[in-house]
Amino acid sequence: MTEFKRPDGRKINELRKITAKVGVVPNADGSALFGFGDTIAIAAVYGPKKMHPQHSQNPEKGTLRCTYNMLSFSVTERIRPGPSRRSQEISKITEWALQPIVMIDDFPGNVVDVHINVIQANASTRCAGINAAAMALAHAGIPMKSMVTSVSIGKLDKQLVTDLIKEEEDWEEGEGPTDIPITLTDDGKITHIQLDGNIPMKQLMETFELAKEAGKQIHEAQVKALKEAIEKK
Amino acid sequence: MIETPKMTGERIKEYLQEGKRFDGRKLDEFRKITIETGVSKNAEGSARVNLGKTEVLVGVKLDVAEPYSDSQEEGNLMVTAEFLTMSSPRLDLGPQPFGSLELARVIDRGIRESHFIDLKKLCIKKGEKVWNVMIDIYSINDDGNLLDAAGIGAIAALKTARIPRYNEETGKPIFGEWTDEKIPLSKETPISLTVHKIGNSLIIDPTKEEEDISETRVTVCSSNGIVYSLQKGESKELSVEEFQKILDLVEKTEKKIYKEIESNIK
Repeated sequence: MTEFKRPDGRKINELRKITAKVGVVPNADGSALFGFGDTIAIAAVYGPKKMHPQHSQNPEKGTLRCTYNMLSFSVTERIRPGPSRRSQEISKITEWALQPIVMIDDFPGNVVDVHINVIQANASTRCAGINAAAMALAHAGIPMKSMVTSVSIGKLDKQLVTDLIKEEEDWEEGEGPTDIPITLTDDGKITHIQLDGNIPMKQLMETFELAKEAGKQIHEAQVKALKEAIEKK
Repeated sequence: MIETPKMTGERIKEYLQEGKRFDGRKLDEFRKITIETGVSKNAEGSARVNLGKTEVLVGVKLDVAEPYSDSQEEGNLMVTAEFLTMSSPRLDLGPQPFGSLELARVIDRGIRESHFIDLKKLCIKKGEKVWNVMIDIYSINDDGNLLDAAGIGAIAALKTARIPRYNEETGKPIFGEWTDEKIPLSKETPISLTVHKIGNSLIIDPTKEEEDISETRVTVCSSNGIVYSLQKGESKELSVEEFQKILDLVEKTEKKIYKEIESNIK
């Protein structure tokens, strides 16, 4: 098993190089960039601000609203600009992934908008987007119970690996590819999980250990970038 | 409007803590499932599924189309869902709720990733003509768990679907005339099941009232312990232990539902 070769030479549990930066959109209340190697997402947070139209306001608690979008030129074959069924679903998934950590109850009648854009894609874009969004929320000073870290765990043939690239998503040998994006809180709770492919239930349970291990490194990068931004001020 | 009142929600939670539900079911018990196939003569395959008062209709239509650029030798699969305004007092005319888009995508991925349909056998001429398999799901009455009803309906409709006659000269199907050929399907039947978390309880097949207070749900498409697709919906976090329990519940229930489908399809 140790001989398993990944196309880019990484170890089975090795993340691509992480890029993490905050303050990339000066107009926003908070913003961040997060990258796994060639996959780069930026996120900007606006709010809390009064929800409009008024009938959408929730008098009991605030609303977290996320939009995920891929720029038309972020992939090899141009994507038609504008929302797609896929992007609408990922927007909602992102919202669900972040809601448990954002103390949105503190802002009744208000909305916090999180805009995520993928500027360059090589798989795991939703995970990069969630990581950027969590940083941008913290950067905006929105009260949070925890950070979240998101990573895609893959199964290539029978081998579990961390942080899939496009070439691995299209794995053709043996049992083919399985892609499992997972988002965890600091204490290891699952706020998001999806899966496409084929995997025995027992092996699926093993993916959380890999996601936790990767989460530590992602968390470290997120916190480092946030700290640096504060020190600069 | 017609949302479940808070008081009712609280009472449902209290009941669940004692392992009870309003309608007398156990936490891991489905409502009565009825599956009827052939509900539209003009469809290639169709099914009506009732889970208690919940009802969905699923139809399969085939057409001839060009293959996608990344699958030149494969038929195409498309799943759509529409929550009909007739199916709930909460729905208004206008754009569909997010739930219908999510439902279609979750059902699509379960069928696609499990390779339930052998799309390679649906190629007519490489790079030029393939069969388009379109699965359309409609809610008729929403009393909770449209997701699982749709999954069962899609399987039943596919299992009974016939391929239309194909006109070699025009390169088009002859609508309304069928061959004896069935859609090529795998031996394994992938079953899509959703487990909901309410308080500390895990339940399956929620009624609308139960669905309203559900804090999170996980839909798993699997067969014999192999998971093909999975999606967590709604925002409450889950521990890894809870996730294990969800998989256990899915594995146990999947076999029952499979038998139910098989015994209902002629």
